[in-house]
Amino acid sequence: MTVKDVQEILGARVLTGEEFLDREVRSACGSDMMSDVLAFSKDHSVLLTGLCNPQVIRTAEMLDIVCLVFVRGKKPDETIIEMAKEREIIVLETGHRMFSSCGMLYKAGLGGGAI
Amino acid sequence: MDEAIVLTYEISPDDFTRAGEASSDVKGKLKQLGVSPEAIRKVAIAMYEGEINMVIHANGGGIRVEITPVEIKMILADVGPGIPDVEQAMKAGYSTAPDEVRSLGFGAGMGLPNMKKYTDDMTIETQLGVGTTITMTVKM
Repeated sequence: MTVKDVQEILGARVLTGEEFLDREVRSACGSDMMSDVLAFSKDHSVLLTGLCNPQVIRTAEMLDIVCLVFVRGKKPDETIIEMAKEREIIVLETGHRMFSSCGMLYKAGLGGGAI
Repeated sequence: MDEAIVLTYEISPDDFTRAGEASSDVKGKLKQLGVSPEAIRKVAIAMYEGEINMVIHANGGGIRVEITPVEIKMILADVGPGIPDVEQAMKAGYSTAPDEVRSLGFGAGMGLPNMKKYTDDMTIETQLGVGTTITMTVKM
């Protein structure tokens, strides 16, 4: 699916990266622990998290993550959004909780990738 | 790229928001050099975990990256407290990080295991009260 699909499924707001919404995503990962995310390395991934600090962007950068989704209404500050913008990482924000967000994407066909 | 390209970084302690800048810089340089995306990602993840560790546990330190046509070597040296039990520290899920670090998204006990997972070779030299030097190699 594309990031646009992710955005529609989650009823999410685009905070940055509007111009890249047609990018393809093939797997997703949901966690507030960045080291658990770093243990996961797949191409064309979406990262769902409730953690709101600059290290989320750095983690996404190291893993070449296409799109970040801040769940349960978390709002990253300007510094975080600016960092994502510089790195061309799309940032979405949804009011849905982590479990629901993951479930909605999974149901729509986005998997977690093989272990 | 006939000779080794050497990059050095000083990792400042207590500045969690800046942790990862060195890894980000290395990632950019490797990209410019045309290194394969797979090798770049391994280096970026391993070095980033190491950099975070230096900030969390070791009061900062220094990182030296040597790039040759065959491999990328990262040497992370600190003068921190040392690792009392390396075998235990290598176990996935074992962590000595304080709760405040966990609330920042780290301290899950995956740092060293991740560093090993993404590199072709990793050695840890550590002495209590003296410091730790971790050398990691990723083959091109």
